[in-house]
Amino acid sequence: MAHTTESVPLVRAMYHDDDVLISAVKQIRAAGFKISEVYTPFPVHGLDKAMGLKESRIAVAAFMYGLIGLTVAVTLTWYMMVSDWPQNIGGKPNINWAMNMPAFVPILFEMTVFFAAHLMVWTYLVINGLYPGADAKNPDPRTTDDYFMVELPAAKGLIETLQKSGAVEIAEA
Amino acid sequence: MHYESTERKPLILGDKSYHQITEDVVRPIETAAPRAWWVAFSIALVMFLWGVGSLAYTVGTGIGVWGLNKTVGWAWDITNFVWWVGIGHAGTLISAVLLLFRQRWRMAINRSAEAMTIFSVIQAGLFPLFHMGRVWLAYWVFPIPNQYGSLWVNFNSPLLWDVFAISTYLTVSVVFWYVGLIPDFAMVRDRAINPVQKHIYKILSFGWGGKAKAWQRFEEVSLVLAGLATPLVLSVHTIVSMDFATSVIPGWHTTIFPPYFVAGAIFSGFAMVQTLLLIVRKVFKMEDYITIQHIEMMNIVIMVTGSIVGVAYITELFIAWYSGVEYEQYAFLNRATGPYWWAYWSMMTCNVFSPQFMWSKKLRTNLVFTFVISIVVNIGMWFERFVIIVTSLHRDYLPSSWSMFSPSFVEVGIFVGTIGFFFTLFLLYARTFPVIAQAELKTILKTSGEAQKKLHNDHGAHH
Repeated sequence: MAHTTESVPLVRAMYHDDDVLISAVKQIRAAGFKISEVYTPFPVHGLDKAMGLKESRIAVAAFMYGLIGLTVAVTLTWYMMVSDWPQNIGGKPNINWAMNMPAFVPILFEMTVFFAAHLMVWTYLVINGLYPGADAKNPDPRTTDDYFMVELPAAKGLIETLQKSGAVEIAEA
Repeated sequence: MHYESTERKPLILGDKSYHQITEDVVRPIETAAPRAWWVAFSIALVMFLWGVGSLAYTVGTGIGVWGLNKTVGWAWDITNFVWWVGIGHAGTLISAVLLLFRQRWRMAINRSAEAMTIFSVIQAGLFPLFHMGRVWLAYWVFPIPNQYGSLWVNFNSPLLWDVFAISTYLTVSVVFWYVGLIPDFAMVRDRAINPVQKHIYKILSFGWGGKAKAWQRFEEVSLVLAGLATPLVLSVHTIVSMDFATSVIPGWHTTIFPPYFVAGAIFSGFAMVQTLLLIVRKVFKMEDYITIQHIEMMNIVIMVTGSIVGVAYITELFIAWYSGVEYEQYAFLNRATGPYWWAYWSMMTCNVFSPQFMWSKKLRTNLVFTFVISIVVNIGMWFERFVIIVTSLHRDYLPSSWSMFSPSFVEVGIFVGTIGFFFTLFLLYARTFPVIAQAELKTILKTSGEAQKKLHNDHGAHH
């Protein structure tokens, strides 16, 4: 290439079936090409493995967020009911947190779920770059209907591999 | 590729392709509303406005305009609150619990069931909010530093647990629903021709592009949210039941309340899902997706939960007798034979006897019959809450305090108003949102589509 600053042109191959897509992804990778992105209208099972994607760690994040929520709830109930203004409610004085803990179980549970669910969804939106008004990330609108697109940097012999893999359309962008 | 047993009936009828699913789901959004929609919407809006007027009158004059008295200090307001919260439970049960149990039939109905959950929890929240009297001070239920000490909220009280449970439930249901909606909004956006519509769906779809990594995270988030929502939904009605069970009123002070309320909630919720979906599938021609099999499955859930509720009623009676406590015994005798006997027997007929018809396959696959039963069940579940609340309160420990309760026109207006508000929201949803989770549904087309199953079976036979 003449200019090193110029980015490598992308090749976009369209497929019309999810099973063909999976086998195509396997063929393309076996032929030594690197896939930059795959756009699909629905979660195609096994695609992440075929592409060699790492497992998502968002569940681990959710667990951490749940622990934060639990800690907040413990602190909140301890500070308000035991430390700041202890009261004798219905003959059950709030002497220490441990003895009153059973009455706080619903609060502890709800706050754990609240933090885990909301912070996980915020994380999900941020790492996927999803926010109101963002521009559509799929280059072709048909990929939210019934087409599947593989996007990868142009390389020698790529077009032939794509044609063999069952692509119905190949375009260089 | 995973294939399903031939014994399983297809979940998507007819010869559908991925594109056909898109077309069918988007049709109500892209075409003009049918006349029936406008008629229903106008009626719902009028009911809603009547409710707004009744609420304005309540706030302006005070809750003395309701029919409450010193003995019966809780009546229609809490009845309606519990009724609406209970209805909400089916949505989460379908989207979360059935996801964990890998029940694929949930996919055609979960979007609408979750919408129903959110809209009914909104109605439920209105009742305690306005029962506070000074609704502009409603934020006092949250633990916010104040000039009285700070005087904090009471974390020992089930009423405060309710605040936390309902808030968590509503907000988590909204995000669960919305995470699923994002890819479907993107589908509507990518098809839209009208620039205004395209812009609105662009905002709603958050720029979704269906990248492989995004789908991987989508599935993980859905699974974790389902895992969180499952105990959450059980906790919500458990805590609602504790509003009653932790008190010392005969008829309320029972340990059976949490499971009994949760079963009742699922029972009434599924009945409401039936009512709504029988209309949706007809008006929007979704019979190929919301099939007779779906209706039958839900009827079986109604039958099972209705029977659990029946067992709970009988257990309550037995325990009242067996406890030897005369107040407890009187409370239940009074329910069945006292001045509110008609409410008790309406409850028994609607909730315990009517679902037993569903043992018959012929009846549970009959749409008209199902529709009638779904309405009957919701009437019955309303009476259940009324019976528990009013009949337990109206006979005080002191016979001199005994009284009766009848609602004022204002309370009736508020209740009718919430029904109107609920249907207003649901009708707007049905015209602007994809009513079927089409992205999820496309994942089961090859295994559960009628034509695809047939093709696979015929192909398999030639081997």
